[in-house]
Amino acid sequence: MGLIQIGKKHEKDGDIGVITLSLEKAANWARKGSLWPMTFGLACCAIEMIAAVSSRYDVDRYGAGVFRGSPRQSDLMIVAGTVCRRMAPVIRKIYDQMPEPKYVISMGSCATSGNIYDSYSVVQGVDRFVPVDIYVPGCPPTPEALFDGILKLQDQIMQKRVFTKQPEEVRPKEKAVG
Amino acid sequence: MHPLAETIQARFPDGFLSAQEWRGDLAVTVKREALHAIGRFLKDDPSMACDYIVHVSSVDWPDEEERFEVVYEVYSIRHRHRIRVKTRVPERDCFVDSLTDIWPGADFMEREVFDMMGIRFNNHPDMRRILMPDDFPEGYPLRKDFPLQGKGWRDTFDFLNEGAAS
Amino acid sequence: MAHLEDQRETIYKVDPANPETKDLPILRTEELLLNMGPQHPATHGVLKVILDLEGERITKSTVVMGFLHRGVEKLAEYGTYHQFIPHTDRLDYVCAMYNNFAYCRAVEKLMNVTVPERAEYLRTIVAEVQRIIGHLFWLGTQALDIGAMTVFFYTFRDREILLDWFDELCGARLTTSWYRIGGVERDFTASLETRIRDFLAYFPPKIDEYVVFLEKNRIWLARTVGVAVISAEDALGYGLSGPTLRGSGVDYDLRKYESYGAYPKCEFSVPVGKNGDTYDRYWIRIEEMRESIKIIRQCMDQMPKEGPVLADVPSVTLPPKNRVFTNLESMIQQFKLFSQGFDAPPGEIYCGTEAHKGELGFYIVSTGGGKPYRLKIRSPSFIHMGAFDYMAKGYMIADAVTIFGSYDIVMGECDR
Repeated sequence: MGLIQIGKKHEKDGDIGVITLSLEKAANWARKGSLWPMTFGLACCAIEMIAAVSSRYDVDRYGAGVFRGSPRQSDLMIVAGTVCRRMAPVIRKIYDQMPEPKYVISMGSCATSGNIYDSYSVVQGVDRFVPVDIYVPGCPPTPEALFDGILKLQDQIMQKRVFTKQPEEVRPKEKAVG
Repeated sequence: MHPLAETIQARFPDGFLSAQEWRGDLAVTVKREALHAIGRFLKDDPSMACDYIVHVSSVDWPDEEERFEVVYEVYSIRHRHRIRVKTRVPERDCFVDSLTDIWPGADFMEREVFDMMGIRFNNHPDMRRILMPDDFPEGYPLRKDFPLQGKGWRDTFDFLNEGAAS
Repeated sequence: MAHLEDQRETIYKVDPANPETKDLPILRTEELLLNMGPQHPATHGVLKVILDLEGERITKSTVVMGFLHRGVEKLAEYGTYHQFIPHTDRLDYVCAMYNNFAYCRAVEKLMNVTVPERAEYLRTIVAEVQRIIGHLFWLGTQALDIGAMTVFFYTFRDREILLDWFDELCGARLTTSWYRIGGVERDFTASLETRIRDFLAYFPPKIDEYVVFLEKNRIWLARTVGVAVISAEDALGYGLSGPTLRGSGVDYDLRKYESYGAYPKCEFSVPVGKNGDTYDRYWIRIEEMRESIKIIRQCMDQMPKEGPVLADVPSVTLPPKNRVFTNLESMIQQFKLFSQGFDAPPGEIYCGTEAHKGELGFYIVSTGGGKPYRLKIRSPSFIHMGAFDYMAKGYMIADAVTIFGSYDIVMGECDR
């Protein structure tokens, strides 16, 4: 990407030549390489998310494998599964607790649009109350599809502005902290 | 008639209403008042010995006088027989005696019936909603007059405004 | 509370008669309310448990569920019988094939459809493969939850082999929808048969490998042996089923009690525990995987080499796919079966099937017509959670995870 230019030798040789990049790109590059997702399984897609972490697929290759149990430590919320109305306030609260910068992947048809569950208790898409960066289609998406989503998100992160103001709707609410 | 149904009829001539057998399933319809006594009999009588509770369910028949039907299904591990006990409840007096003291597993299943159909159970230890939140405003989802998409609850996100206000 | 009172006496020597001890700080004791979930890494989904604690002991627990209530029973009343099959995939998403199986069996009982012999064998083989997948998933996650992480990677490695096999069988890894009312969607190919035979040779030593990781693992033993004990009588009263019930010593297994599919033609045993604790339930699941291997092997050997895989009852079952694409009548028939459904006789049935979690039953009330009037799912996860309060009493907070893990709950099935 022209992000890092190293010397003629192979990068694993340890003898790095020259690095030229803007500070913004460096920050983005660091962010995209250490996406810490939150273990946030709602339904069927969570099983594929677990499979993406486990032996064969190993999502760690993309720097997104350190699953955290706490929203305070994570950057990425993968909404994996059907979003029921009863769960919606919880999701929003968890989203609000995550520190900036934060990203949301809506994994699967249910989280994206409600899927076949057009019923009284299912929210027709998680984007009704949480801003979503990437939608991953499928019911459930295979781990490869989830990886595709993560890679797309990483591309998107590279385009982000770091040192300018974030848009209003994704900013955390300013709370009066004494 | 099935011998098990005959036994129940002989023991509870007043409470017993009818018995059906279809596709190998035995279903006994009883009066609401006799339900608890029959449940106790099914559990304790050695010829019945129905110690395993399979499910508690409910059916809505909106056009009929006694609108709701509560269905208990029990199984005997020893004799390997399955009995379905049904009773009818009118809408204006929507109460059935709970069988939680006989089969403790009936606790959650009866709560689900209450949650989904609005039938209340007397002497139940914890008669609250179970699947829907306690303050669910729209009634009982599995009733036939409840629309599939609900009445708008799923599209209201009042918690968003609460966060902004604070 | 008594021992806490004693503790206070010894620490502070409070003596009401002596005024000098009056001003000493008094150790305050109160019950603690701990809220666990619905977003918690070890709750297997969106389950919330409110624990009343005395120190670290659980005195009472309130299960709050419904965070994944999708209204499946209501949706069933608005679709035809065939259309409900994909919904059953998503009930217990770890074990979709068995849900399909249980539902199709229930509708076949309602419609009085007999399944061709080869289809029965295919169904049994796939169901047992699914049971192995379910148990592998349970073993991996349960071990992960209570502190033995390595097993997770080993079980998931072998689970992937079977999921690939599913992928070739029906094109999906989790949400399979391979069963049809009256049979199955398509036959095995030669490649599938070789692959499953390879797996039969590959898998038994792997089970021993998992056991090696666990049976001498001190943490695993300390956290499973003697934890969440339930007697046979109580387990029956609470409606527990599957390995959770068999751990308590009741050999209730619908594959034996009300045999179906090709199970009556296979020889297998039902492992039964003695103590009713979490370790016994673990042991039963390990043994069941070995039994499943036996069943699959017998089915592969006994299975008729060819034959129809879908019953030929045009009023109920779907026409074969190649005819749908080439023949107008078949296409119309397929269309009508999906859009209007078949005409079910009025009546009501209950049909239970032994899924890997327990008895998965469907209670269907029909008033005629193409849609079920009422469809109730007897889901083992939901009923197992009913016993949680009873079983968790007196154990530590950390054991709560072990206990509901030992039921093998899946919230999609629990909340429906």
